[in-house]
Formats: sequence, C-alpha cells, structure tokens
Amino acid sequence: MKLRYLLPLALFVVLVGFLAVGLKLDPREVPSPLIGKPAPGFALTRLDDAAKTIRREDLLGQVWVLNVWASWCAACRDEHPHLMAYAKTKQVPLIGLNYKDTRPAGLTWLTRFGNPYDASLFDADGRVGIDFGVYGVPETFVIDKQGVIRFKQIGPVTPEILQSRIVPLVKSLKDSDA
Amino acid sequence: MPEDLRIPFWPSLSKPRATLFTGMLLLLIALFLATAQAKAQAQAQAKEAAPAAADPVLEARVQRVAAELRCLVCQNQTIADSTSDLATDLRREVREQLKRGVSDEQVVQYMTDRYGDFVRYRPPFKASTALLWLGPAALLALSLGVLVTVLRRRAKLGPEAFEPDEDDVLDAAAVPTERSR
Repeated sequence: MKLRYLLPLALFVVLVGFLAVGLKLDPREVPSPLIGKPAPGFALTRLDDAAKTIRREDLLGQVWVLNVWASWCAACRDEHPHLMAYAKTKQVPLIGLNYKDTRPAGLTWLTRFGNPYDASLFDADGRVGIDFGVYGVPETFVIDKQGVIRFKQIGPVTPEILQSRIVPLVKSLKDSDA
Repeated sequence: MPEDLRIPFWPSLSKPRATLFTGMLLLLIALFLATAQAKAQAQAQAKEAAPAAADPVLEARVQRVAAELRCLVCQNQTIADSTSDLATDLRREVREQLKRGVSDEQVVQYMTDRYGDFVRYRPPFKASTALLWLGPAALLALSLGVLVTVLRRRAKLGPEAFEPDEDDVLDAAAVPTERSR
C-alpha cells in the first residue's frame, strides 16, 4: 500500500533528474566528429598576401592552433585579448582562418585591434570552414604534428579554457615524439 | 441544456458558458486552419522563389536533401528553411555536389562527416539513439499495460469497493421506502 503512494513520488524524482540534466546541457555544443580525424586538406592564400598560398602540408610536423575569426564577428572581439596574450607566449604557431570576410575588412580589423596570428588564411566563401565543420565563429582547433585535430572549441576561448585545456594539451602534444 | 444531459469528463455548463466554450473551440479550429493554409502558401511561394530554377529536377533534389539536414546556427530549422549564411552556404554545397553527380546519401554522409549525426534531421538508428527511436513506443506500451492491468483489477472488485454514485445516494434519500425495502 505504501508503495502505491511512493511510486509517483519516485517517478517525479526521476523526471526532475532528467530535466535537471537537460537544463545543464548546451545544445550549441555539438560534439565534433572531427576530433581524432585528420584535418581537412586546404590551400588558401594569406589574408595579407593574395600571392602566397598556405597548404595543410606546410604545417605538418608541428603542433599548431587554428582560430576561425572574422571582422564581422562580435564574439571574436571578446576573445581577441586572450588570443593576443596567448600569442605572446609563443607556445606554437597560431594560424587564423579569416572566414567569409573581405581582405580590406579583415586587415583593417587586425591593424585596429592587433594581430595575434602568425598568419591568417583567407577563406572568402567559407568552403574550408565547412570542411572544418565550422558553424559558430569563433572556433578554435588544436592540430597535432600529424595534422590530426585533437581539440575543438566552439565559441570564444576564455582564459580558463586556454589555461586548463589548450595550453596543457599543446604542451603534451609538443613533447610527444609521434 | 437539460440537467441530466451529462457526458462524463465533459464540463457541464450553463447555456451562456456553453456558447462561449463552443465559440472558443470554433475560433481555435479556424485559427488552426488559417495557420495551415498560410504555411502551405509560404511553402508554395518558397518553392517558386528557389534560385537557379534552370534545372527544376536538380532543384527538387536539392530541396529534398536540404530538408534532411539541420541548420546548426538555428537548430530547429532545416537548411532548406533557414535563411542564415551557413544554411545558404550548405545549400550551395549540396547543389554543387548533386550537380557533380554525387548521390543524395553521399551528400548527407559528407555533412555527417563534418558536423556529426546532429546535422541529420532523422538521426540514424544505432545503439546511442535506440532510446530516442524506441522510447515513445516503449512508453506507450508501458502505459497501456498499466491501464489494462488497473481496469482488469477494478472489474473484478465488488460494488462495495467503490463509493456509491451520487445519484443513487440522492434517490435513496428522496425515496427511502423503495430502497429500504
């Protein structure tokens, strides 16, 4: 008889549990299928020099960080100071992917706020972005010596994410011989 | 409304209230129909406005494939519905791939490789999505089972297990001689 009254309560608790977990999940955080997969191939010109092309192969053999940004992207402004600070540490090359932008707008943005990138790739039509599964600029990737994507951050990087995730990961990837 | 005209679960209402109730019900139905009509019209217009109508067969395929893919910027829309930049780019990608002779399935696979299963409006059936696909059916079966069990158990009970009907009690009070005998 007791069970009869406790059962709805138990069901209610289970339901609340599910809802509580659901509240904490962020639907924007789509797990990327690209983690652990080779970075897509690309051959893009530099933002500052339309005559110079950078390919995926040029960056093999070193760990590097790819940051997708655009002059029209408001959140890129928020993460910009943190990228500037990270670039100063000179841990690994920081490559920008200037996504769906124009050369003058992108270059003006860098002049105005400062350029944390060792180089920016110019992806005017966003095709390389699609290959990287980009959908919410800014996004940040860590790519290892073999050209495999090891980490992806959707949305602006924060000092916390840099310190707790990116810097230690890059360090361990740099130290490994493989 | 006569007093004894009562349907179980249906609120017994006075006449003005019943009129209001019926009125609101009709209004709701009218609104629903109007929305459906507007939606159908919008869809028809959207199709008319589709770009590159040079090849209607290709365009129909693009629409069909795009309707299978979720726009990741506005997650409750397909890339066929969405006007976001990303959806426009992905539609272009779908169109170009189909033009190159890639099959519908391969295009969906191409998107899945980049954006994950989440990009598919109809997620594939596998271990991690079994609950998603089977959950509603399981829940329905479970509740039907509970309902049948409860009803069967009740059918076996004698009349003394239930509270007497209100009407019977009233009748008994009104005409004590008939009942008490």
